Amino acid sequence: MAETGFLPKEKIDGFLEALSKDALVYMPVLEGDVIIFRPFKPGNTLCLDRPANSPPKSVIYPQSDVLFSYNYKKETDDPKKVSIEIETHMDYPKAIIFGCRPCDAMGFTVYDRVFIESNGPDTYYQGRRDETIIITLSCPAPSAGCFCTALGSGPANKEGSDVLMTGLENGFLFEPVSEKGKAILAMPGIEGGSQHLQEAQKKQQDAYNAVKKPFPSISHTEISRKRFDLDEFWHKAVSKCVSCGACTFLCPTCYCFNFTDEQTLESGERIRSWDACMFYHFTLEASGHNPRATRFLRYRNRVGHKFLFYPEKYNGVIACCGCGRCIRYCPVSVDISEIVSQLRSPE
Amino acid sequence: MEQSFNPYLPELATVIKIIDETPNIKSYRVVFDDPEKMKTFSFEPGQVGQLYVFGVGEATFVINSPPTRMEYLQFSVMKAGEITNAIHDLHEGDQIGVRAPLGNSFPYDDMKGKKILFIGGGIGLAPLRTLILFMLDNRKDYDDITIIYGSRTPLDLCYKDELREWESRSDVNLILTVDNEYPGWHKRTGFVPTVLNEVAPSPDNTVAITCGPPIMIKFVLQNLAKLNFKDDHVITTLEARMKCGIGICGRCNIGSKYICKDGPIFSLVQLKESGAEI
Repeated sequence: MAETGFLPKEKIDGFLEALSKDALVYMPVLEGDVIIFRPFKPGNTLCLDRPANSPPKSVIYPQSDVLFSYNYKKETDDPKKVSIEIETHMDYPKAIIFGCRPCDAMGFTVYDRVFIESNGPDTYYQGRRDETIIITLSCPAPSAGCFCTALGSGPANKEGSDVLMTGLENGFLFEPVSEKGKAILAMPGIEGGSQHLQEAQKKQQDAYNAVKKPFPSISHTEISRKRFDLDEFWHKAVSKCVSCGACTFLCPTCYCFNFTDEQTLESGERIRSWDACMFYHFTLEASGHNPRATRFLRYRNRVGHKFLFYPEKYNGVIACCGCGRCIRYCPVSVDISEIVSQLRSPE
Repeated sequence: MEQSFNPYLPELATVIKIIDETPNIKSYRVVFDDPEKMKTFSFEPGQVGQLYVFGVGEATFVINSPPTRMEYLQFSVMKAGEITNAIHDLHEGDQIGVRAPLGNSFPYDDMKGKKILFIGGGIGLAPLRTLILFMLDNRKDYDDITIIYGSRTPLDLCYKDELREWESRSDVNLILTVDNEYPGWHKRTGFVPTVLNEVAPSPDNTVAITCGPPIMIKFVLQNLAKLNFKDDHVITTLEARMKCGIGICGRCNIGSKYICKDGPIFSLVQLKESGAEI
């Protein structure tokens, strides 16, 4: 996979148009003052200036997804008899995520272990994952709250991407990561890129050095279990938390979900939707008992899941990519990197 | 795309019999509509299933008929919320969805040759029933079987026909109790943990398996400790709100363990390791 490609700046519109001929291309678009992933269409303004406000997770793991639908069929020879027919819909379009950040791409690898490797495969997730190509843009500079390097990742990390692009003076260097990514290099407009590799590596290194490190790199969890189990610690650490769930919905690695059922007279659907462990009702049992009844218990579980429980199941891999969105967009400025930092400091 | 196994897709099944157990508990005997599925279906004692009322939702129940009796699958349902209310509204002949088997099972092989002590309260007899019937169908594999079972009133005792049968058997020691005196009740009264103390079974070569309301389990575990039962000889089942049933959706975890997938059956050793609060 030695070959690299180069896309001159002025050819990017043509490139996206060519990509969108046989795939749905999702790209970061400026809407008001928010950057959000939208399907490519002429007139949409591509915006690569800063990471999108929300990750592109919905392309592969939709916020709301019909798992199956069903119909009631009345039997013609026995009018009292009604039977149910279930139908699934699992034809997924070819999709390309263009211009997400390495943290967003890495988020999908956190999902892959859960949805494909150990509990499934989850047919819906895998179906979309197989049909999607991820073209990532390496971060030119960190945004407020970014801490990917502390988690062993970085602004040019290739994990989860099919191609890594790096923005240069006059265009983009394309480094293929997977076979799917190699095919992208054959697209119209892409030139040979080897003469730009050095410039790109310099940019990548500069960005790496600029990311804040709230704690030294950890390849596996080094959390103080004693402090983690201490109620007082969490009371203090998340006293401001309002349980709004924004951190979970904007997180490229959060994947909790709910099922809901919608029915009309003769048919209905079972729908899977994102849910959040930060909500009171999430664990409320029919008896009225709630094992995570308080905000601090819920937040502790969220941090525990990312930094203790997930690593316990998946060879020490931490389920946080350090994208910093939960810090940037938390309405009361709860900072997960600060909390993890405190959990790591000596007892 | 080729259709592979879909863990979220319920299997269509029909309710063939509904049994009124208590004023708020009914048992449902169901068979899969696909005869091939019914023939090839297998599960282990203690495993659970999701019952789906179309348009309403799913909830988790133990399969409380044993795998040694495969004419139907039985689930007992106590009215507690929206879904269980919808299940109570079902009629014989109605179709439902079933996702099963899910979760782990009782370590019945490890219990071979041992004395077995069942301690149940109310609807908590449901998972124990699976194992009791399984053991009675393989009676020679197990030593003494003692069952301590209690409920609030005599009306709240489940599986009354089977209680009568177990009571009449010479190879089962059934001890029934209700919380308070009740007209016409001439057996024991008192809470299950208290009765356990009074009976004071020996911990020697004995495995205790308990299921019931959380408060009952809490005191039963304390009393088993007082009776010198070792943690690895005490087994219980846990409950939580569950949705996916396969360890993904995030509700029922205790640390890195998911009750729906790694449980619902845990030994006291495992519970203490996971930091679960009982």
